[in-house]
Amino acid sequence: MSGEIAIAVEDVSKSFGKTEALKRVSFQAMTGKVLGLLGPNGAGKTTAVRILTTLIPLDSGNATIQGINVSAHGAQIRKIIGLAGQYAAVDEYLTGRENLELVGGLYHLARKEARSRSKELLFKFDLEDAADRQVKTYSGGMRRRLDLAASLVNRPPVLFLDEPTTGLDPRSRIGLWDSIRSLVSEGMTVLLTTQYLEEADQLCDNLVVIDHGQVIANGTPDELKTSLGGDLIEFSVIKRELSQHAAEVVAKFALSAPTFESESGQITLRPVGDGTHSLANLVRALDESGIAIAGLALRRPSLDEVFLSLTGNSPDEANGN
Amino acid sequence: MLYEWSLMTKRYVLRYIRVPALVVFSILQPIMFVVLFRYVFGGAIVVRTSNYVSYLMPGIIAQTAAFGSIATAVGLAEDFQGGMIDRFRSMPVSTSSVLVGRLVTDTLRNIFIVLVMIVVGYLVGFRFMNGIVPAVGMAAMAVLFGLSISCISALIGMKLRDPEAVQSFGLIWLFPLTFVSAAFVPVYTMPGWLQGIAKANPVTIVIDSMRSMALGGPLSRTTFESLAWLIGICVVFLPIAIRQFRRVS
Repeated sequence: MSGEIAIAVEDVSKSFGKTEALKRVSFQAMTGKVLGLLGPNGAGKTTAVRILTTLIPLDSGNATIQGINVSAHGAQIRKIIGLAGQYAAVDEYLTGRENLELVGGLYHLARKEARSRSKELLFKFDLEDAADRQVKTYSGGMRRRLDLAASLVNRPPVLFLDEPTTGLDPRSRIGLWDSIRSLVSEGMTVLLTTQYLEEADQLCDNLVVIDHGQVIANGTPDELKTSLGGDLIEFSVIKRELSQHAAEVVAKFALSAPTFESESGQITLRPVGDGTHSLANLVRALDESGIAIAGLALRRPSLDEVFLSLTGNSPDEANGN
Repeated sequence: MLYEWSLMTKRYVLRYIRVPALVVFSILQPIMFVVLFRYVFGGAIVVRTSNYVSYLMPGIIAQTAAFGSIATAVGLAEDFQGGMIDRFRSMPVSTSSVLVGRLVTDTLRNIFIVLVMIVVGYLVGFRFMNGIVPAVGMAAMAVLFGLSISCISALIGMKLRDPEAVQSFGLIWLFPLTFVSAAFVPVYTMPGWLQGIAKANPVTIVIDSMRSMALGGPLSRTTFESLAWLIGICVVFLPIAIRQFRRVS
């Protein structure tokens, strides 16, 4: 199964009035893998998902899921996809079980099958105790789990998750991540959108970074981190007032001017050449200048930093947070 | 498709059963209208053909059925806003299922409300004077009227997709539509220019036919005209509303 292309998007454009939501976007998702569409709010992630799930038509380009053209064969596409959107699209006044059985019925499962499938999913998503309570009594995390369960009733081979954990508390988020991982382990192809780098890092095999409707990078999380230029050295000094001086001392080992964060006292630099070698030189230089080091680390850049360097703003800034 | 319709209907009916307040409040308002027009304004309104309460009840019943259609519009708008419609649209579901489920539910609800209103009418002095079959006919006409207005409201709900906007808009068009008609006062008591509008208003035609059935009067012509209007409205608006299901906002 793996190695096959499950979702192929080629040169897809979409405008809403004068706003170009997607500009000749191309990417592929491999069967049995998780592809993350990463980008700030308004980047075009949701538009891409809505096109692929047949909710809106594309303007130009070509999109296929398991080789089936999304624009031409919407009805067929709907049989092989599941969608859990940004809203938990479940009926408040029905119980969890009734929601799943309704969805099962709409997929034309036999009544008995709809019932057993619902039971199975309620168990899987830890909703058995709440199964016969109306959804309006559910917590945010429970709603999302039910929503995810509803998108799986038909056992779709391809699942779309549009910001599945937005608005969830950290515990629910981690619970949902576990659920998603277990789906992938069963061979499902997942395309998820997120603005959380940690989420992308945790869940995704491949990432497509979208900003202003364009793909600005893609690759595995590791590849993206490496593409930023390898390791980073981070250190702080015991006497804070010497931080500025320390930054000047180590500048010759850095590709670009070291950054200094006044609050934490952290000085960060991207070393020239081999990280470990630079580390030794840096320690020696600081020692010779009589500056005592408080903490020192050599690390890979976080996806946050990758994102920052790719888009020129952090996802948090883009959200106005 | 029939199965999808029944599933959607069940979904909406369960909501009314679990939140009875939704139905209770939509009955309280017309009861207030009955009291208001029967006892507050009624003394000042003279109709030639019958006592005022007999004149009033078919009008109020029709108006109640029409106002019930706001629930159709709001319910659909809520489904769009809450993401339910997106879920259904991403599934192999027929385009008519949500709308038909909604209309069937609101028609069932209207049948219930019309029956309650007839009981309320009997409590304040209204009587059917034309026998049982025309009485049932009047109730059926009221329900059909509600359905046809619901078809228009459904289109509004699916176009605007914002429950609050839909609620206000519903009142804005239904108030003049039902008040500038023979619902509460005879048309000949209105100023000349308004008479023209009120007479042409299909609501007047529907209510005239309901009155004829309830109280006796020219049956065949008004009933035929009224049916033509109501079925015509359904035939025009239902397909347009169904098409909205896949249309992007």
